Amino acid sequence: MSTRAAAGRQGGVGEAISDVFFARPGLLTLLLLLPPLLWIGVVYIGSLIALLLQSFYSLDDFSGLVVHDFTLSTYGQLLEEANVGIIVRTVAMSALVTLACALIAFPIAYYAARYAKGWKKALFYLAVMMPLWSSYLVKVYAWKLILAKEGILTWIASGLGMTWLLEGLLALPVIGGPSLSFSYIGTFLVFVYVWIPYMILPIQAALERVPANLIEASADLGAEPSQTFWHVIYPLALPGIVAGSIFTFSLTLGDYIIPQIVGNSRLMIGQAVYTLQGTAGNIPLAAAFTVVPMVIMGFYLWMAKRMGAFDVL
Amino acid sequence: MSSDPKAPLGLRIAATGGLLLLHLPLLLIVVYAFTTEEKSFQFPPPGFTTKWFGIAWSERPDIWPPLFLSLKVAAIATCLALVLGTFAAAGLSRARFFGRETVSLLFVLPIALPGIITGISLRSAFDIMGLDFSTWTIVLGHATFCIVVVYNNAIARFRRLGGNLIEASMDLGANGLQTLYYVVLPQIGTALLAGGMLAFALSFDEVIVTTFTAGQQSTLPIWMLSELIRPRQRPVTNVVAVFVIVTTMVPILLAYYLTREGEHTGGSSK
Amino acid sequence: MTSPAVRFQNVSRRFGEVKAVDGVSLDIAPGELFAMLGPLGSGKTTCLRLIAGFEQPDEGHIEIFGARADGLPPYKRNVNTVFQDYALFPHMTVGENVAYGLMIKGMGRAERESKAAEALAMVKLKGFEARRAAQLSGGQRQRVALARALVNNPKVLLLDEPLGALDLKLREQMQEELRALQKGLGITFVFVTHDQGEALSMANRVAIFNEGRIQQVGTPTDVYERPRTRFVADFVGSANVLAPDLAGRLGAGPRWVSLRPEKITLLADGQGAPEGWVSLDGRLASASYQGSVTRLAVDAEGVRITAAVPAGSAPIVTGSTLRLAWPKAAMVLLEGEP
Repeated sequence: MSTRAAAGRQGGVGEAISDVFFARPGLLTLLLLLPPLLWIGVVYIGSLIALLLQSFYSLDDFSGLVVHDFTLSTYGQLLEEANVGIIVRTVAMSALVTLACALIAFPIAYYAARYAKGWKKALFYLAVMMPLWSSYLVKVYAWKLILAKEGILTWIASGLGMTWLLEGLLALPVIGGPSLSFSYIGTFLVFVYVWIPYMILPIQAALERVPANLIEASADLGAEPSQTFWHVIYPLALPGIVAGSIFTFSLTLGDYIIPQIVGNSRLMIGQAVYTLQGTAGNIPLAAAFTVVPMVIMGFYLWMAKRMGAFDVL
Repeated sequence: MSSDPKAPLGLRIAATGGLLLLHLPLLLIVVYAFTTEEKSFQFPPPGFTTKWFGIAWSERPDIWPPLFLSLKVAAIATCLALVLGTFAAAGLSRARFFGRETVSLLFVLPIALPGIITGISLRSAFDIMGLDFSTWTIVLGHATFCIVVVYNNAIARFRRLGGNLIEASMDLGANGLQTLYYVVLPQIGTALLAGGMLAFALSFDEVIVTTFTAGQQSTLPIWMLSELIRPRQRPVTNVVAVFVIVTTMVPILLAYYLTREGEHTGGSSK
Repeated sequence: MTSPAVRFQNVSRRFGEVKAVDGVSLDIAPGELFAMLGPLGSGKTTCLRLIAGFEQPDEGHIEIFGARADGLPPYKRNVNTVFQDYALFPHMTVGENVAYGLMIKGMGRAERESKAAEALAMVKLKGFEARRAAQLSGGQRQRVALARALVNNPKVLLLDEPLGALDLKLREQMQEELRALQKGLGITFVFVTHDQGEALSMANRVAIFNEGRIQQVGTPTDVYERPRTRFVADFVGSANVLAPDLAGRLGAGPRWVSLRPEKITLLADGQGAPEGWVSLDGRLASASYQGSVTRLAVDAEGVRITAAVPAGSAPIVTGSTLRLAWPKAAMVLLEGEP
């Protein structure tokens, strides 16, 4: 009855396996997805949940031990003035860094996407990739060298006779400090430098998708270059900017090494978490602190997804 | 720059200047590796010497164990990430189910959330489970964020591969495994290699998560961090930094070379 | 009696809610050059994929030369496909592409290389073995895809929109060559197209698909001269489909009828219609010159009728009154309720 239209080749284990998966394509998909899902699910999500649970415990002030009873008091501590200060400071820094990154990254991305061709395009791409992938610590370290009181910036300033400007900057309240490497200005500069490649690449990816004739069409319809920019290029680049800002914002929000190496003694969220879980042993409050960036980034990702930023990721 | 007459001068200056600024700090480190000044970051250096390379090589045994640990961790984490990331990309590129987007978001999450969250989460999970810190606790953390690097490289290639070549292969008589061997692997091979290289570079360099999962052990970045906070011989740190720059450059250039035709993975590649 | 090359028995294939193929029964005879014609989404490509084995029927059976094929994966069917975008393996040379099927079968290198060379010569690409797909033009890629399929000596060759991506000149040349190849090899060819001209000029028989169902199967002359449904009349060539009431007044029973534009002639003023003909007066709405013929759009009895008349056969003045006439037999009765 069922003389099969087989090609007449020998079977074997390979073919038997292939046949099973051909008959049940969903099975193969499941088997492929299961290991990575288990890994992320158990190792990563599992750990996140463990951390979240800790934030509902509290620290006994006298014994310094963690009390394993459900309480919201740790979140209450988060609202103390000093802690709110830490949060506000960190979020403000993240926002400023993101803004600066977008402003500096845009022309680079725009040039690379629109004008660079052939080898020059490859060069641009590599020139962005190299600093992106080169060592984070090395990059931070480089700025320690640059910003040091005896370093190259001071040297340049004195060479140009602009020492007064540098000193004026450092004399400013809040953002100033004894030297650039102990001031918010310094922290800000390093953050911008270290994260900027993360902003360039998605903007470039978004701009690459804008057909050149859209810009010509806009000009053809009588738009000034600035109108074309605001009505055509900017809206189309926006998903790229949002995608890039996910990185710049999130990375700044959680970083504890840059402000520790270049900055003043006022803590940011990352440093607070680091010292709380380490020397202070207050894991519950550290956990509660990490919930702040988690909530902010959760909201951020949700917004980004709605704006279609994930397409250019 | 004659081939792009259209670019306005201001844009050209901004773009080129921006790129140069990205590289100057790294060049500066190279300069400082040759300085004769040991105690401060004086610029310009009072004199130049190559003696720090010799000192780093022969008189600082504390550099070697962190270096080997970093290489070991990066190698294991990369292997794990290669398997899991490729599986994830292959599975999701086949999948048609509802919630696909959510699953892909799940794989991106470890790099979308700040590293410190990953670090402290893992640490508290280790605490709860009573796991002692070891090389494996470091690997566990690294593999988690390396998966996404491999995944991103692989999924882009799977998308380009489409179902068509696979169907063509089966149509010509090849069963699933033969198709995997003769068509799918050659097609995605370079993307996997590139993803693996980048994962290696990422793991080799990672410090934020590692601080929480390393216990008493030091990887090279942790060694560097401690040198930054409490410097002993600053130029030796510079020498190691130059070494790190060069080491990470190689896989990045290779990865670029392997994936240069067609897609460039965007900013999410790290 | 030999079994058909391909037999569909009441085959259905659903994608979610959509019935892509809906109860199709069809026999394709050995050695036929068979066309599946229909608009986008009509189910023709799904039918091709069902023969290839990329899709499996939800209902019904498929036989290939008398053997049950449903449930068999593509690699267990002696059927090969020329893909619409050719799907040449980019990491292999042309020679390796063509020899792929033979390599999978386990044929030795020397033998399969000589067979691949033969197949390439057959499609006029002698000596192209060492090139890469990226170095070929669209037409050459298609020939490679053809050689890659034919070298396996398939029982049925499937072609998905084989000429769709080629420009006009090349398309005509390829039509010619495909026909010659098919005739020479005697292999059953089944091809899918949305271009009715291509289907009519190349195929021995045509199946016309709409919304997952076969509307009509027949020779090109059959489907053109004797369309069975309003869809076929309209899709194959252009036709005036006249409503039952008008058709009834013209003596073609109260049924939907199809009338080809080229069957219509113009009568001079006062000239009567010959025996067995009908005539209709109308006002010329527009005329478009198309080289050998002029297409006239004429408003008559509240409907618009298209007539194709030899160019220069009538003075064309928009708005003027024209008398159209055609043989009664030119009106083909269509299926369906009046």
